[in-house]
Amino acid sequence: MRTGLWSGVAGVLLFGLVSANAAVFEKTLSNGLKVIVKEDHRAPVLVQQIWYRAGSMDERTGTTGVAHVLEHMMFKGTKAVPMGEFSKRIAAAGGRENAFTSYDYTAYFQQLHKSKLPLAMQLESDRMSNLNLKAEEFGKEIKVVMEERRMRTDDEPHALMYEKLMAAAYQEHPYQHPIIGWMNDLEAMTATDAQEWYKTWYTPNNAVLVVAGDVQAKEVFKLAEKNYGKIKARPLPVRKNFTEQPQVGIKRITIKAPAELPHLVMSYHTPTLRDAAKDSLPYALEVLAGILDGNESARLNKALVREQQIASDIGAGYDSTARGPSMFTIEGTPSEGKTVADLEMAIRQQLMKIIQDGVSAEELQRIKAQVTANEVYKLDSVFYQAMQIGQMESIGLGHQAIPIMLKKLQEVTGQQVQDAAREIFKDENLTIATLDPQPLSGKSKKAGVTAHAR
Amino acid sequence: MRANILFILSCLFFANNALATPKIQHWQAPSGAQVYFVEDHDLPMLDVAVTFRAGNSFDDEAKFGVAMMAGGMLDAGVEGLSEDEIGLKLADIGAQKGGQFDADRAGMSIRTLSNKTERDVALSILAKILQQPLFPEAVLMREKVRMIAALKEAETKPESIAAKAFGKAVFGEHPYGRTLEVADVEKIQRADLVSFYQRNYGAKAAVVALMGDITRAEAEMIAQQLTANLPASSASRLAKLVKMHIDASEQRISHPATQSHILIGAPGIARNDPDYFPLYVGNYILGGGGFVSRLMSEIREKRGMAYSVYSYFMPMQQPGAFQLGLQTKKEQASEALKVTRATLREFVEKGVTEKELKAAKDNLIGGFSLRIDSNKKILDYLSVIGFYNLPLTYLDDFSGKIDKVTVVQISDAFKRRVHPDAMATIVVGAPEAKAGQ
Repeated sequence: MRTGLWSGVAGVLLFGLVSANAAVFEKTLSNGLKVIVKEDHRAPVLVQQIWYRAGSMDERTGTTGVAHVLEHMMFKGTKAVPMGEFSKRIAAAGGRENAFTSYDYTAYFQQLHKSKLPLAMQLESDRMSNLNLKAEEFGKEIKVVMEERRMRTDDEPHALMYEKLMAAAYQEHPYQHPIIGWMNDLEAMTATDAQEWYKTWYTPNNAVLVVAGDVQAKEVFKLAEKNYGKIKARPLPVRKNFTEQPQVGIKRITIKAPAELPHLVMSYHTPTLRDAAKDSLPYALEVLAGILDGNESARLNKALVREQQIASDIGAGYDSTARGPSMFTIEGTPSEGKTVADLEMAIRQQLMKIIQDGVSAEELQRIKAQVTANEVYKLDSVFYQAMQIGQMESIGLGHQAIPIMLKKLQEVTGQQVQDAAREIFKDENLTIATLDPQPLSGKSKKAGVTAHAR
Repeated sequence: MRANILFILSCLFFANNALATPKIQHWQAPSGAQVYFVEDHDLPMLDVAVTFRAGNSFDDEAKFGVAMMAGGMLDAGVEGLSEDEIGLKLADIGAQKGGQFDADRAGMSIRTLSNKTERDVALSILAKILQQPLFPEAVLMREKVRMIAALKEAETKPESIAAKAFGKAVFGEHPYGRTLEVADVEKIQRADLVSFYQRNYGAKAAVVALMGDITRAEAEMIAQQLTANLPASSASRLAKLVKMHIDASEQRISHPATQSHILIGAPGIARNDPDYFPLYVGNYILGGGGFVSRLMSEIREKRGMAYSVYSYFMPMQQPGAFQLGLQTKKEQASEALKVTRATLREFVEKGVTEKELKAAKDNLIGGFSLRIDSNKKILDYLSVIGFYNLPLTYLDDFSGKIDKVTVVQISDAFKRRVHPDAMATIVVGAPEAKAGQ
């Protein structure tokens, strides 16, 4: 009876408000595993994500890429769940699954019907401590990872540019190494390297479990206790505190790769959020990115693509959330007949305009309206809601920071945006990468090819 | 007694099923447009998509590319609003605009807060984009230059080169296989856009999909508002027919990339094909089922030859492609091609096992709820159901149709429809390649 009444009241409230951050529950098991539940009862589905606070930034030189290689090996079986069975069982339950590795963390997920959480937890908790890492399987999978590197980076000029840019911009911080690893390190990597990584980082006290969807938090906590609770915590190595000393002058690099069009990337060093309630610069930079490129009529596209026609494409971005530092990046492709130098000058003019004249009240209001609307749209994806929680936990800000960040974004002033631009857009902060397109030797020179229009 | 219990159980089962799929309302607007609507007040937002029979298979042969440019420039300026003003006004209310274009369909979509203030602005702009596009000359000039640059860039990318050669080898002169050329773009005139729009953007060929926080009465008004002033064109003409049989062919095109991009395929099936479900389930087992398909097992798990390997049927108005694809380092391209072909051949010759079929059904049926777990996904289904004239019960019937598929049906359908000896093969970045055969 009481339950009935309560849910009735909650229903009425939700109808009126659609409180975006409603119903997040959290509990830490005695072994240190943090469990976070986001209830969302719109559809009879759920997502389980496990986030390990270990990403490529925790690697050492010589074994770059091992975080990602281990991610691949996590699908290769345990004693109880032999090779190939993990994926088969999730598929047989109607599920979808995958994993991803970033600079800051490694995460695994399954999307399933709401009745399948016990299976997902049983499988995920099993491979947290029982991975059966065989040299033979490693030998095959490392080849898959090398193919992935060829596909994503070596044969993709813009991705290659980004890799080289990071390596140039960061001289101390491990963000200088690509997540997928240098090819030479992949070639030299052994099953033992992967095993070491697993033993060091895959422990409940280094993980966050996020379950979102049509679930009851109480039930999730019970199941989590049953499946993950028995796994013993292990001491974690002391984490190094990486910094990046201030750059002392502009850096420029050129990348030669087979392509038709040149490309320009300009990245300025920036800080990230450390204290969601007290910091202000990262919020101003988020708004600044919106003013430059938050919609198709925002400053950069309007001025450089539509009016001056100096660029055929332009974009700007900044991410305020990371374990390490961040960069404010502007990139674009010059129009035919224009050079990267023309484009660089045009971009600098736009940045200078903000430094000198600031931004308008309309621009500021527009970005804030978009932020508000996006908070509603975000509720259409259970996966994304879980993702945001996992990310915030993994980088150390905690999911409680999410509503604080929204509030702080709404408080950003035009003066703060102008000050942020002045502080960040300095040459001694800047790394510029230029793609110098090379002909495809031996290629027959025929006109026109594009991705299929379907 | 037993019968009684069974009866009750099956009632429960159906009741559950009915709850699980969204209730689709369908009507014809006074304008003639077909409307598909799901009312859902869980979130204070609205998604709308309007699509037309205006993909590039409706282009005149001599004016290929006009359809794409017309679709892309609907929002390049309307009566009373420049392209910049459209962008700013939508951003001011946090609305998001999207476009859709393929060989069959062209359209626009919008996502907005359902609150009346925001919603009215968003819909009035969408109504203008659809019904009063100006196709400004200056924007066309600029977009032509940008498109030509993008085409030239694509020409250097192995995946684009492979897709272009594949389209030509599989579809010949049919627009499903045709790729835009620089010369096509250079020819496009503003008058072409206007006349294509007048011909193909009529209300009778429009499908309006609405999903979200509005009432039926509101949905009726919106659908009419978005389509009442569309051009008074008759239904667009039928596209050319796809020639189903092709001869075996193989092209090797050189490229400096470290990997070879391999594509194999032939014309496949149309949306309304009676073999759709056996082929769909069969393909899940062959190369559609993520980490558990045969191609994944042979190429990636057993041999470590590729990161990505897949097969799919692309069901269109007319038969779209059946395609297998992978990327692998050059030195082992021939070996990977051999394994892929052998896997396909064995699949067609020997069919699937009961165990494989059960696993496929378990996934496709058990995962059905994931297909409709968001407004966005439901909106997409509404558009597809409307455009391809699928039954309103498509979602309700989906699991049942999958469940009825048998091992024999799959084997029979693949033998009749998939011919490994009559397929096109493209290898871009082949080590032994001669330039552009």
